[in-house]
Amino acid sequence: METFKSKVWVLGDDIDTDIIIPTDYLALKTIGDMKKYAFSPLRPELAGQIQPGDVIVAGKNFGCGSSREQAPEIIKALQVRCVIAKSFARIFFRNAINNGLLLIETPDLTEQVEEGQEIEVCVNHCIKCNGKEYPIASLPQNLVDIIQAGGLVQAMRKRNGLEPLE
Amino acid sequence: MGQTLIEKLVTRNIQRHEEQTGIHSVTAAKAGDIVTVSVDRVMIHDIFIPFVAEKFEEMGFPKIWNPDKVVLIYDHLVPASQQDDVRHFKIGDAFAAKYGMKNVHRSDGICHQLMTEAGYVKPGDVVFGTDSHTTTYGCVGAFSSGIGYTEMASILGTGSMWIKVPETIQVKIEGVLPAQVTSKDIILTLIGDLGADGATYKALEFSGSTIENMTVASRMTMSNMAVEAGAKCALFTPDEKTADYCQISLTEQETALKGDTDATYCQTITYKAEDFVPVMACPSQVDLIKPVSQLAGTKIDQVFIGSCTNGRYEDLEAAAQVLQGKTISPFVKLIVTPASRQIFTEAAQSGIIKTLTAAGAIVTHPGCGLCCGRAGGILSDGERVVATNNRNFLGRMGTSKVEIYLASPVSAAMAALKGEITPP
Repeated sequence: METFKSKVWVLGDDIDTDIIIPTDYLALKTIGDMKKYAFSPLRPELAGQIQPGDVIVAGKNFGCGSSREQAPEIIKALQVRCVIAKSFARIFFRNAINNGLLLIETPDLTEQVEEGQEIEVCVNHCIKCNGKEYPIASLPQNLVDIIQAGGLVQAMRKRNGLEPLE
Repeated sequence: MGQTLIEKLVTRNIQRHEEQTGIHSVTAAKAGDIVTVSVDRVMIHDIFIPFVAEKFEEMGFPKIWNPDKVVLIYDHLVPASQQDDVRHFKIGDAFAAKYGMKNVHRSDGICHQLMTEAGYVKPGDVVFGTDSHTTTYGCVGAFSSGIGYTEMASILGTGSMWIKVPETIQVKIEGVLPAQVTSKDIILTLIGDLGADGATYKALEFSGSTIENMTVASRMTMSNMAVEAGAKCALFTPDEKTADYCQISLTEQETALKGDTDATYCQTITYKAEDFVPVMACPSQVDLIKPVSQLAGTKIDQVFIGSCTNGRYEDLEAAAQVLQGKTISPFVKLIVTPASRQIFTEAAQSGIIKTLTAAGAIVTHPGCGLCCGRAGGILSDGERVVATNNRNFLGRMGTSKVEIYLASPVSAAMAALKGEITPP
């Protein structure tokens, strides 16, 4: 089972897609151009501080709002290892899976973890933090298939008999 | 066992799909089933077109499953306000030409208004769009939902999409609404009661005499905002009003599209129409709902009447009735944006535009720029706006220190008149 340790950034409830990436930057040419504006209405400094492998922990309804898929793509481009939240908004959830971004729902961790702390994530099993274990539920198989294929583009390439993209 | 409206819709879609493909799925869809639906129509808007095109090419499909089922609409970036915007139109035009898509709207208005107004959606259809407010088409009894650009690319190749059949929250409203209370006040009240995540992964199904007496345009305001409570879709039973609006006759199958009395609902919420009052969503939470009377006296800098939520003819008419023969506060800017070119034309012909401009309004081109803070009407630190659109997120219409109050066109027009929030 895949296990990793990560530093945590903590955000609140209802982190909407306009906070993750404001509309002003949606027509920039690439996700790379957009990613420095991630979370800018709330914490303009955050995008520059997140290190590859870090984890975001948030409250309920993470990703609510727009269907803009740039939101999970930017989080992936910042090399955030996974987002852990009490709950996720529906469209964001699908978009994240389709881009191979790991999302973990768990109800109790958010209040128990402080920013900068290290936690251990055992995928499909639990999160370890301050000596306590927080169980996490497994994803449905059709979603696991998409993530394992490397996202929906790769899954469709496979369906069309093409080699995976680099 | 009885079925909810969404369960019936999905069942009907799968039965039609079976006839076309021979693939047997479920005989009667029920909440929780993961099924593949065949798609009747898709909508792609300008801001995501380059991404859809890129993902589609990467997926390696030789052609689009049915180019006539695809509608491309330029609305968020029209007219262009930044150099990069033009690239989206060029890529959209090239994509349409390469794959033979003819339904391209370059200056006709806002996507959700056009999809229903131009007859792209009818009762019983399954429709996906790249904008979250695609839930709007539930106003005519279609299952419609917002998706990202990668899923849109896969639909363009396959004509189908997997969904989990949602549980349904039934919302029953009986009686006659008080004067000056609109469907916007109903949906804001409901979002306040459910919370911004209260309908996540669920369908909303509206019924009752208040709903039956409501215009399709008013229903549209409600299905549009359902996503603000996290809903996957928001459905109204197709009726004679729907048929008139869609300019069709309802078939036997379509009149059967209603929730059964013995259907299983995960929650039922009942309202009496007489209990509703004008309300606003306060900064910066769409579920922070307060009666307008409690907010009276709050000074404002700008009013915006428009968007896919409330830019319809009846909304402009309601605002014009408030402003008729009067002048707005000299300290306020009033911006009115009809949702489509057709609405603009009708409002110009009937004299509504003249009434609004005589009162002090600026009337702009149809489009999404103001609502998403992309172009026009941007506000700055400490400024307040009363707006009829669907989101008051932090930084949505300017800086993150702008305060956005969401309201009905009636409440918005009242605020413009007085320069402060005022009960109708």
